[in-house]
Amino acid sequence: MKRAFAAAAVLVTLAVVSLLIGASDVSWRALFAPEPDERALQVLVISRLPRMFAVMLAGTSLGVAGLIMQMIARNRFVEPTTAGTAESASLGLLTATLLAPGLPVLGKMMVATVFALAGTALFLLVLRRIPLRSALIVPVVGLILGGIIDSATTFFAYRYDLLQTVNAWTTGDFSTVLRGRYELLWVTLGLTCAAYTAADRFTVAGMGETFTTNLGLNYPRIVALGLLIVSLVTAMVVVTVGMIPFLGLIVPNLVSMVMGDNARRSIPWVAVSGAAFVLLCDIVGRVVGHPYEIPGGTIAGVIGSVLFLYLLLKRGARVG
Amino acid sequence: MSASAPSVSPLRSLLVLGCVAAAFMALFMLVDVSGPWDFVLPFRGKKVATALLVGYAVAVSTVLFQTVTGNRVLTPAIMGFDYLYVLIQTCLVFFLGSTTVAGLDPRLLFGAEVIIMVAFSAMLHGWLFGMARGNVHLLLLTGVVMGVLFRSLSSFVQRVIEPNEFIFLQDRFFASFNDPEHELLLLSAVLTLGVSVLGLRLLRACDVLVLGREAAINLGVDYQRTVSWVLALVAILVAVSTALVGPVTFLGLLVANIAYAVMRTYKHAFVLPAAALIAAIALVAGQFILERVFRLDTNPRVIIEFVGGMVFIAMLMRKATR
Repeated sequence: MKRAFAAAAVLVTLAVVSLLIGASDVSWRALFAPEPDERALQVLVISRLPRMFAVMLAGTSLGVAGLIMQMIARNRFVEPTTAGTAESASLGLLTATLLAPGLPVLGKMMVATVFALAGTALFLLVLRRIPLRSALIVPVVGLILGGIIDSATTFFAYRYDLLQTVNAWTTGDFSTVLRGRYELLWVTLGLTCAAYTAADRFTVAGMGETFTTNLGLNYPRIVALGLLIVSLVTAMVVVTVGMIPFLGLIVPNLVSMVMGDNARRSIPWVAVSGAAFVLLCDIVGRVVGHPYEIPGGTIAGVIGSVLFLYLLLKRGARVG
Repeated sequence: MSASAPSVSPLRSLLVLGCVAAAFMALFMLVDVSGPWDFVLPFRGKKVATALLVGYAVAVSTVLFQTVTGNRVLTPAIMGFDYLYVLIQTCLVFFLGSTTVAGLDPRLLFGAEVIIMVAFSAMLHGWLFGMARGNVHLLLLTGVVMGVLFRSLSSFVQRVIEPNEFIFLQDRFFASFNDPEHELLLLSAVLTLGVSVLGLRLLRACDVLVLGREAAINLGVDYQRTVSWVLALVAILVAVSTALVGPVTFLGLLVANIAYAVMRTYKHAFVLPAAALIAAIALVAGQFILERVFRLDTNPRVIIEFVGGMVFIAMLMRKATR
């Protein structure tokens, strides 16, 4: 209980800080004076609050998506950017943009989801064909597969002059979030809750196919549900703010070091820690590069890969 | 490739490769000239020279690296060397300021970059090989993640530099196949030549290194010293190729493994030139086919990355990692 309070306190603190920093002055005094400052209130409602929500939603859903993937692939190092999921979603978006430019965001998101599903399925198929699978080879295959898909995306983006657009999908950047441009992300909250209700099934699936079937559960269906949740989340995050690398890998691993591997117990923790982590990255990006901003995704990439290396060299020797 | 017959001598394979490379270069230089010759030839000659230099640097550094690590899947590029160079370059610009850098002699700057690169990569890889001794998978994954880290750090530093300055930098420092600076090309050629002359003395030792660490020590090779030397040369070559055209991830893997298959010998005196020629063919032919046949304005690099990545995964599927 104590831990839960501490975590909540940290999250709330970060969220408040996120609301208060920025180019225009939004302070308590301006908001809660008897004569509230009209402009500060507008900035808060149109820009700051949406940004805070977007950051938290992206962090939460990506963290939980990573956890689900790790259960399904039975590997600690799998997450949307180490399994080709994110890169496939980008390719899907590009395809939608090129072939059906008039498609509404929701339609593009669906195309991206289908691509993300296909890419992740391809990754799982490739894994099956790799002999003597060491746990460490799995993310390497995923990263390279992502690279291959990415080079296809680059090829077409370069031809049709869309490289900048593609870059926006691959680097998580929250500076463009405004009211009316991020609401799709609320759907990820629903997906996270869905994952929570199915948590025990994912835990069982993590024990393997035979074990799951022996308990009378439908293994392929659980895997399909998990992949659907992961692909939807990835596609939505890519469409609205851009991908945040390694988040889904770092957060569940750190949580599992403390909590163990029961999904029902760890999902809330992963959700809170994911939100806090991205909030922190976003805040750092806004403070360090002042008056310019550094995208939160870039900060997350640096911190994430350092933590990934730490996890690898601390645990990897035992896993390999 | 006519080298499928077992009776073909390595020397003959080399000759064939040389002829193919020369043919493609001639094609690239002479076909479709629609302008004054005295403009077109130097212009294209520069492209060919770049391709040759980069091909040579990438191929030789990859083969040497694989000899030292005793593994045919690891390459300097996969281990994050290329992005390390980009990071060093970005940091130099950041700490010196772009105005200073713009005023500096590019040769001086390049020299400084190479020295830092060699020192840094020696430290890093010494530490890494110590950490992950004997665990190839761990080494591979750590290398890949290091690459990601260097890339993220570079983009972080590039963001900290003022946006306007950054645009200036990008034009100046992140070169493409089409137009590296003249001086840089010359300097790279001199450096590469120097490395090659130094490397000649290591060829014999490298042939023994293929047998593995213990065997090499038993046969009287000063293992530690040789490996350190080879890694230093690798770092210089990577710096050369990255400075000229930016990071190329899979070209090395591709050409090195084709060279092993074609040459069927462990002698570096044959494998190294073969790999370099294959790389030159891949780059020049790729550029030629893309530009003239398909009329595409695309860098051959993207295609090479695509194919190379597939080969990499196929190699993992075939249990190629020992």
